[in-house]
This record gives sequence, C-alpha cells and structure tokens, in this order.
Amino acid sequence: MQLEEFLENSARTYPDKVALVSGDQRFCYRQIDDEANRVSHALIRAGVERGDRVVIFLPNSVEAVVSIFAVLKAGAVFVVINPTTKADKLAYVLNNCRATAMITAEGKLGSMSACRDDTPYLRSIAVVGPIQPYIAEIESAGKKLISFDEIRTRVADSQPPVKRCIDIDLAALIYTSGSTGRPKGVMVTHLNVISAATSITAYLDNVPDDIVINVLPLAFDYGLYQLLMMFKVGGTLVLHDSFAYPYVVIEKIIQEGVTGLPIVPTISAILLQMNLAKYKFPKLRYISNTAAALPVEHIRKLRTAFPHVKIYSMYGLTECKRVSYLPPDQIETRPTSVGRGMPNEEVYVVDELGQRVGPGVVGELVIRGSNVMKGYWELPEETANRLKPGPFPGERVLYSGDLFRSDEEGYLYFVGRRDDIIKTRGEKVSPREVEDVIYRLEGVGEVAVIGVADPILGSAIKAVLTLHSEATITKQDVLRHCSANLEDFMVPKVVEFQTTLPKTESGKINKRALTEVPQEV
Amino acid sequence: MQTLSNTMTVADDIRQFVTDNFLFGKSADLVDGESLLDRGVIDSTGVLELIQFIEDHYGIKVEDEEAIPQNLDSVTCLTNYVRTKLAAIA
Repeated sequence: MQLEEFLENSARTYPDKVALVSGDQRFCYRQIDDEANRVSHALIRAGVERGDRVVIFLPNSVEAVVSIFAVLKAGAVFVVINPTTKADKLAYVLNNCRATAMITAEGKLGSMSACRDDTPYLRSIAVVGPIQPYIAEIESAGKKLISFDEIRTRVADSQPPVKRCIDIDLAALIYTSGSTGRPKGVMVTHLNVISAATSITAYLDNVPDDIVINVLPLAFDYGLYQLLMMFKVGGTLVLHDSFAYPYVVIEKIIQEGVTGLPIVPTISAILLQMNLAKYKFPKLRYISNTAAALPVEHIRKLRTAFPHVKIYSMYGLTECKRVSYLPPDQIETRPTSVGRGMPNEEVYVVDELGQRVGPGVVGELVIRGSNVMKGYWELPEETANRLKPGPFPGERVLYSGDLFRSDEEGYLYFVGRRDDIIKTRGEKVSPREVEDVIYRLEGVGEVAVIGVADPILGSAIKAVLTLHSEATITKQDVLRHCSANLEDFMVPKVVEFQTTLPKTESGKINKRALTEVPQEV
Repeated sequence: MQTLSNTMTVADDIRQFVTDNFLFGKSADLVDGESLLDRGVIDSTGVLELIQFIEDHYGIKVEDEEAIPQNLDSVTCLTNYVRTKLAAIA
C-alpha cells in the first residue's frame, strides 16, 4: 500500500463527505482527490520523476494538502517546509535534497528571489496566486514557473497517474534540527508512515465521525499526521494556521463539533489562561499532547476544564513519529509517565553496551518497529549513530538519544536529553543553528545559546554574547538579525551581553554555568 | 494609565511597541492596516505579548472573546479597539 491511498480510498468510500475545512471553505474527499490528481499530472509533465524530491513551502491551506498528495501520486517525495523559513535555509534545504520542483505561494516568492540563482537542481516552481509579474524573473534563472491555480482546475487531468512506487520507496523527508546546526532530512517510506498512522489511529480509536482540528504547521510531523490520520479513517480535518487567537480556535472547535484536539504544552498553557468554564465542548472526545511532557499541573487543570475528555499524554521523535502513549485511564495513577510503546512497536531501555536494563535503571530508549525511519538523508555517520543493530541479523533499531527509566509495569519516564537541543513551544531548536546565525553579525565575539525555563514556551531561547570592544551593536540589532534569518520559533526571547563567557577546563563555553548563574552586565 | 484626552497617541504607542518588540527597531516594515500575523510581524506567542502590553499600558482587561484578529491583528485594529475600551471606562 502507498500513502496516497489514504486519500484515494476515502475518496472512493466517502466521495461527498467533508475532508477538509480551511477558513470558511469546505472540501469533500472527491474534490481533494481530483485536484491532487490534476496537480500530480502537472508535476509529471514538468519532469518530476519517481523518487524526486518536491518542496512544499506553503502555509497551512488546502493547497498544501492537495500538494502533499499530488507529490505522492506523482511517485515523488514530499518535503514540507515551515512557512516562516528564510531564504538561506530554504536554499540549503532545496540544495540538500536536490529538489527538482517546489510548490509555493505568491507571497513567498520574496524568500525565493534571494536564492533563485543558487538552486541549480530546482527546475520548476508552481505558485499559488498570480504568476504573471514573476515569469520573466524566474525564467531568466532557468526555471519554469507554473500556475497552481490553473493546474488544479484542469479537468482533463482528473484521473490518477499510473502508480510508480512500492511501499519501501521514500514518501517524505521531514527536516528536523540537528546538533551540528544544519537541519537533517529524516527519510520515511510509505510503509513507515502507514505503520505509524495505523498504530496511532488504533489507540486513539479514530473513526470516520472524528473531526480533528490542527493548528500546528504541516511541516511539523505532529501537524502533518493529523491530516494523514484523518484522511486514513475518512474523518474531517479542520485546518487552522496557528493558535495565535485561542478564542477563534475555541469557537471553531464548538462550531465544527471537533472531537479531537492535538496540542503541545505551550497550547495548554495558553488555553489554561482562559476562563474555560464559560464554554461547553459536548463533542470533544480527546486531547492529545506531545512534543514535550505536559506539566502535571496542566494535566490536573485540563481534567477539570474538560471532565468528559480523554487526555493522551504521548512522546514522539520525528525519526519514528511516535514512541509511546499513556492510556488515558492511567493518567491519574502515573501523570509523569509518557506511557508505553504503541501497537505494533517495541520500546525498551538499554545501558551503554546496548543491553536491556530493568525497571528503575536510567538508560537510552530504543525503538523497534516498521515506523522507524530509514535514516538521515545523505548523512551516513549521523544515521549510524541513531540506527544500530537490533535483535535479528541485519535489523536496525532506533536509538532515541533520550534517557528514560521504566517502572515495574513497563511505563516509561523521561529523564533527560543526551544532546543540547532546546524544545521551545514543542519545536526542536539546535543552539548551534542560532549561534551560527548570530556569529555572522559584525562585532560579535562569542555566543552561547541556551534554553531557560518559561511557563508558556517550556524553554525560552536565550542568547548570551560577548562583543568586540569597538562593537556598537544593541540587543535589538541581534534580535532583528535573528528574525531576518531564522524561523519564528528559533528567534531568541532574551539577549544578554556579558564581558566574558564562562569556560570549561578544555576551553569550551560552559553552558551549564550560564544556565545556573546568569550575570547581566 | 492613559486617559481619553491623550488617546491620540494610542496609534503611536502601539506602533512603537510593535516596532521595538517584534521588528526590533525596523519601523519601515510596519504598515498600519496590514495583518501582523500574515505579514509575519508577530507569531502566535507574540499575540500574548501584545495583549500583555495593552493591558499593562492602558489599564484595560482584554476579555477572551475580544482577543480576536478583528481587534488585534493590525495597528489600525489595535488602535480602534484600545480607544473603544478606553471610552467605555472613561
């Protein structure tokens, strides 16, 4: 089976059922499937071949949904990029995966113009919105410009193209922050995604009557899976672009009769600041949380505010999508646990020699299952650090890099990370990536980026800098430079200048000392 | 806390706050009538900072139902909203 069949099967079974609600618009399964067929034919005509990577650089929208399935139908690999990505990183990703096509929107062409000459592999760009003003510029860079609005309505292309893939072909690259500072492309096959989606929809008891609201970016695997899982079961996805206006989301939940609300701890922190007692959510069946553990206090308050709602506390990694979930009936008993492995997956804790350890012993968590990725795109060394030999000859299992312990009944408890990746509002940020950007600013001596506890964000990003003696830059200059070069969630919340940074014995910046003793000058 | 007589400066105050805190001093990027969210001036947690600012600066309470784009998503919307709130408590 291939991933696009989630849509194709539902379009066959429920052609007129609402698949997607986006803003005021509603789209049934047949419409989405027809449009995805049309766009896939256009991609093939533009030269996209089986296994080619196609970057989707769009906000949460019906166009993004159609594009994901169109790329799959064309036999290609979709790569969804956060819509706040800036030109440098966009060019990095386009070149790193050697994307031959990109689907974006008119408003994003500004980011594109900065890198149009530095992306030699990119041959075609499909654009949502008017293309006329950009044709000369893009075509002078040797690329073909395609009107998305035109191809999605070409009735002659409504039948699906001939299938060219098998289920061990790649379906997607999902870029995630790496400790080296450059994002890594997590390679997932059709089988990986179908396996994860099958297990998750099984424990969430998803049914065609489910209506799930997604406020998370589709570039984030947790957001992406809300779409894939609803299309798998023939449910309805209410696609929203952010949680910026919580009341608007709450109104949507009530209006649309939403049954599933996926959140990250930042969203629960914002929700719990509201007077939730005023609203009624009779249809809401479950709230799922991942990205970082829900504070016990949040769990308690969510249970009070949503007494009839099941709360799923979960833990995941892009490298295998989901690691574990806590059955809702266990949340009172073990609120700090992230639960156990999901159906058709095995998870266990090992010591430094890779031997399984017993309850109570801290070790690295290992994941075994058909949901585990194939590796990081063209990074054999980093792949070998994560995918190591498993129980059977030739088998590879995923070493999470995170430290856990389990209790007597096998429930898992997160202990800590082995790297210095910061989790802020549920997204992973590599301190190195932010530091590299700040180092490019004239006058900066040394930089250390750390995470500091924040009630809403989980961890807030803090940059501590020293400046050259003649430098005149201000904190605002640093922030402006960061916001021009980094995705929104990576921009530091706090900038601090110091005369020197503490060092370890080996002369490296001592981040632990910075976290413990802040010294503002 | 401001009084009704000096609400003429509301737009300036808001423009200043957004420029300082979200554009980090680059005021040229701010157009009064444009969506702060769509233009990428603020992100989802930026809205919380914005609400905090108008509550502290003007001594008004932004009710949950009032925290909507129609009231908060541009300098113009914010100015009108703050003026209405100030008028109501004057």
